[in-house]
Amino acid sequence: MSLSVKDLTYIYEQGTAMSVNALNHISLEIPDGQFIGLVGHTGSGKSTFVQTLNGLLKPTSGKIYWNGQDIHEENYDKKLLRAAVGLVFQYPEHQLFETDVITDVMFGPKNLGLSETECRDRAKEALLSVGLDERCWTKSPFDLSGGQKRRAAIAGVLAMKPEILILDEPTAGLDPKGRDEILNMVRGMKERLKMTIILVSHSMDDVAEYADRIIVMNAGEIMMDGTPAEVFTHSSELEEIGLSAPQMVYILQYLKENGLPVETDRLTVEEACSEILRVCRDAGY
Amino acid sequence: MFKDITLGQYYQTDSILHRLDPRVKLIGTLVYLVSLFIVRSVPGYIFAGIALAALIRLSNVPFRYIIRGMKSIMMILMITVLFNMFLTPGEPLIRIWKLSVTREGVIFAIRMAIRLVFLILGSSLMTLTTTPNQLTDALESVLGPLKKLHVPVHEISMMMSIALRFIPILMEETDKIMKAQIARGADFESKNLKKRIAALVPLLVPLFISAFRRANDLAMAMEARCYRGDSGRTKMKPLVYKKSDYTAYAIMTAFVLCCVALRIAGF
Ligand SMILES: Nc1ncnc2c1ncn2[C@@H]1O[C@H](COP(=O)(O)OP(=O)(O)OP(=O)(O)O)[C@@H](O)[C@H]1O
Ligand SMILES: [Mg+2]
Repeated sequence: MSLSVKDLTYIYEQGTAMSVNALNHISLEIPDGQFIGLVGHTGSGKSTFVQTLNGLLKPTSGKIYWNGQDIHEENYDKKLLRAAVGLVFQYPEHQLFETDVITDVMFGPKNLGLSETECRDRAKEALLSVGLDERCWTKSPFDLSGGQKRRAAIAGVLAMKPEILILDEPTAGLDPKGRDEILNMVRGMKERLKMTIILVSHSMDDVAEYADRIIVMNAGEIMMDGTPAEVFTHSSELEEIGLSAPQMVYILQYLKENGLPVETDRLTVEEACSEILRVCRDAGY
Repeated sequence: MFKDITLGQYYQTDSILHRLDPRVKLIGTLVYLVSLFIVRSVPGYIFAGIALAALIRLSNVPFRYIIRGMKSIMMILMITVLFNMFLTPGEPLIRIWKLSVTREGVIFAIRMAIRLVFLILGSSLMTLTTTPNQLTDALESVLGPLKKLHVPVHEISMMMSIALRFIPILMEETDKIMKAQIARGADFESKNLKKRIAALVPLLVPLFISAFRRANDLAMAMEARCYRGDSGRTKMKPLVYKKSDYTAYAIMTAFVLCCVALRIAGF
């Protein structure tokens, strides 16, 4: 079940003085089971791109294929597409509207025409997946904390059982602890539910640890596409477009430049520590 | 989906009209509206039309853009014209079933239509060339004397400016929430009326909540900056008349005098 994008261009307000070329001839393959980090500076077109993927925005030119089928063909069932390609918006908690959390999570499955009991089962499953405490399920969504609201909103998309889950800046506006919780939750979901995940962020540190593949966008174009280690070797190019590699990469690069024979592709604190220790031991300290 | 609403919106460009003091434009619009009722003959309307065309030319706003905003008004205009044609008593011209179009009715309807079109064009020219903030400043300054009668002029203008400022924000918010709900399978285009109304709940509830949240944040931000209403408040950019503004007032006076002269001369 793969998603493929061919020569996609999107222009906002085409034909007026205010027209913005948000996406420029993007081509991309998204195979099954990848954890993709989509990174780019503010205004680089990330949100526009993910909204074209589930057919919310119709591209100015170019095609999107889901399982080999053009999604903008006539009579194509967009509802099924939107269930398969789940999109969680930036600040998703702003979409909550029901009187209690579980009913809100049931909104998606209900729109798919499922029975009441099945909707409820799916909602429960989704709420468990996002780790929302069972006591919250019958509360009003507006009585939850910021982090809890966000989990409830993510559950609302998860309950549609998507094959691809796209999260647009899921950590925006959360404290470091909330950020780590959400990121760990996403990774857990990928491992348990075997989903393809696209995590949109403007911070490399958010995606470095977990992603198998990083796509860097700049001014509506794809600038880099590769494994984290590959992408981070271009740290100076990243800086030119307002991004940066994770902190650890800089430390290791600095050590290497100053004569310590370390490998620079270690991204987390633990990996970097053990690499430095290894080199130190080899040198006989 | 809201792109066709150009009526009452600001058009960003540079022109003599854009640079005029907003008070001049506000008063000028009122003067123009009044003079439309002073003249009442063909030469008079031609004169008023030429004046308006000259102003549109000076404003650098594309004529097509102004006309696009008029479309929504067209319907109301047609209805007004039809009613006037049929319902004014007088010498009958054509009979359709029990109704008759009268001579007086036709004349009256044409006059009405011309006045309405000029009136709408004139006032949209003001909003097209004046930002909402300038407009509220002008309103506050022009209505200033009413403060002596304890009319809360400042508060009224502040409310107007906040309301105008919130329109685009709420439109953007509506768009965002709609997309988020469509991503969860909501259907806003259902043929079934009942379903279509029910689909509004997931849109309106978050929209109201967000409007209240924004209003609350704004109130907080105003308090944090010690906003206390009108008392002792000064302006960063006080309105000051320039030479061009006085010229504009002079032209305006000349225009009104011409209109009055036309009327007295029997045209
Ligand atoms: N509704 C819109 N109308 C007009 N232009 C828009 C609209 N939405 C986005 N744009 C423009 O398109 C470009 C890409 O915007 P987009 O929201 O996709 O960026 P982004 O990478 O998601 O940024 P951020 O990190 O700030 O969320 C920007 O230049 C933006 O100004
Ligand atoms: Mg974005």
